[in-house]
Amino acid sequence: MSQVYQIVVCGSVAPDPLQTLEPASSPAGPVLKNEMMLPAVLDPWAAHALYEAAHLAGKHQGSKIWLVSIGPKAKLQQVMMSIAQKVPFDLVAVDGPAGGFTDPAETAAVLAEAIRGIAGLDRSRLLVFGGWESATRGAGATMQIVGEMLGITDQFQGVDELAVNPDGSFKILERIEGGKHQVSVCSGPPALLGWATGNLPEPRNNPQLGMANMRGIMPALQRAKPVKLGAPGMTFVSVTQPKQQRATKIIKDLPPEKIAEDIFNWLTKA
Amino acid sequence: MTISCWLMETILFVAPTESDGSLGKPALEALNVAKKLADAIPGSKLAVAVFGENLDGAAALLGGCGAARCLGIANPDLAQPRYASDAAATEALSRAAQATIVIAPGTSRMNRVLAGVAHRLQGRIDTHVTAVTAAQNQPVITRWYYRQRMEACIQRTHRPWIIAIDPGSAQPWSGQPQQASLEMLQLPTQQNGWRTNVTGIQAPPADEQTIRPDAELLFVAGAGWTKKQADGQTHVDEAAALILEFLKHTRASLGSSKSLVDISGEGQAVLPFLTHMNQVGQTGSTPRHPKGLAACCHGEEPHTVGWRFINERRAINLDPNCGWARGKADVLYVADAFAVMRKLNELFAAQKR
Repeated sequence: MSQVYQIVVCGSVAPDPLQTLEPASSPAGPVLKNEMMLPAVLDPWAAHALYEAAHLAGKHQGSKIWLVSIGPKAKLQQVMMSIAQKVPFDLVAVDGPAGGFTDPAETAAVLAEAIRGIAGLDRSRLLVFGGWESATRGAGATMQIVGEMLGITDQFQGVDELAVNPDGSFKILERIEGGKHQVSVCSGPPALLGWATGNLPEPRNNPQLGMANMRGIMPALQRAKPVKLGAPGMTFVSVTQPKQQRATKIIKDLPPEKIAEDIFNWLTKA
Repeated sequence: MTISCWLMETILFVAPTESDGSLGKPALEALNVAKKLADAIPGSKLAVAVFGENLDGAAALLGGCGAARCLGIANPDLAQPRYASDAAATEALSRAAQATIVIAPGTSRMNRVLAGVAHRLQGRIDTHVTAVTAAQNQPVITRWYYRQRMEACIQRTHRPWIIAIDPGSAQPWSGQPQQASLEMLQLPTQQNGWRTNVTGIQAPPADEQTIRPDAELLFVAGAGWTKKQADGQTHVDEAAALILEFLKHTRASLGSSKSLVDISGEGQAVLPFLTHMNQVGQTGSTPRHPKGLAACCHGEEPHTVGWRFINERRAINLDPNCGWARGKADVLYVADAFAVMRKLNELFAAQKR
């Protein structure tokens, strides 16, 4: 019998990784300089989680995906214009900061509340997906706390593969040290998976899908509840960019034999 | 719980044991951090806790670290790195120690559970911590934000405070081993048993394993390996052979730039042994190795974070202004990487003979 899943993907926006990022001070603590001016993308590992969710839902008819996202409304709208063309989902938007200088416990509490607020959610079919780390805080902590708040104690991080066995159990591959994967079998939902890269390419844009998604996304953005996120009890003593500039010695016009010798000596010296 | 002025910290080191009952290198690094912090904050107490199927090796060591309490949970269920059982063990040990600060190795096993444990303890957590110091008798941690693009020093008033130490960022504890008498706790179990079973480890065959966290050298292969060369042709097979032979000689770990990994994801004929797991940089890993050699890599700051934590860095590139190397590497060889690597492999082969 085919399983039907309710897949909630947690994913926020992050500055485009190719942008220059500089820290700045604000009365509330550190922020990114010109944060609102920076082009944004869906957080890369969360995006993989969304694509994997769509792949799973596509194979199990009747399954449904919600994307729960905290971010400034304007940024969310900008990013959704692009993401909406890739996979079908319902958006649950929360209007709040998406920067890295907040506490994962605060972010998790807002996400868990938003998930609990989804009407008709069936715990026995629930899969909570997200990126195993964000491109902002990069802590790999938020998803676990969300799981705990929802009472999910079957959690997996650094997931690259999820397969559904004939008996409805999951085979899950998680990244561990040394380029290896830990293989687990989980008896079924509810479960929480923090995705690494997975195995799927980014879906192609489908403008028709985008139009259909946007009909639900725009009202969801209008309904987005404003929240304040911070880092209470946390003091950022300093936030700096690495200044270390190496005095690179440039070696030109040396034959490959000599260069190889130089590198060999460097590699074999104690 | 937020307390503005702590008179005394109870600093707990907690880690799982290896399958033989010993403590791995990341655990010993975290132990060293915990001990140094306890030494740096007057009046604080050090406690240590281990869990696993077998604790013998750890117990034989920990008596020498000067901990006021040594705790343990031994249970066959803890042979499996599983969220539910590892979280239950870590929570029970932290509660028993009444820890205000919990320091643990930031391994895949502990990173899976520590944030959940922090929630259960009504605590807060910082992961990927690269340094812990004390200022005015208060702990200060260092960690990176925005994928290694900026570094922050942080203090917290909230307790308990869980701190996961990034492997490779501290020296392992190397004190005199001494047998510890562990206070043994029971592993809390779930009412209907564990729903997850770890069934094994999937690893590439030993001769195809290219990711080696403990290697002396990180070799970073850039997209240039798959581009057209001076003769107007690509030489992907030769590139693959040169790189694999170099890895065989040096036992280096292989990293790749994102672009190279993405090309392989698009099904083009590229270096066949590269996967997303090899990817270093903005959306990949930032491994720690004493030395790094990059060949045919290009790109500016967002890409170069891949070798942020490499101590000695050298690069081979045809472009003397290459942003990957200039200002980032100690030495940049302006040369054809194919020719250099061929000769380099010959030197290693001759050395073996």
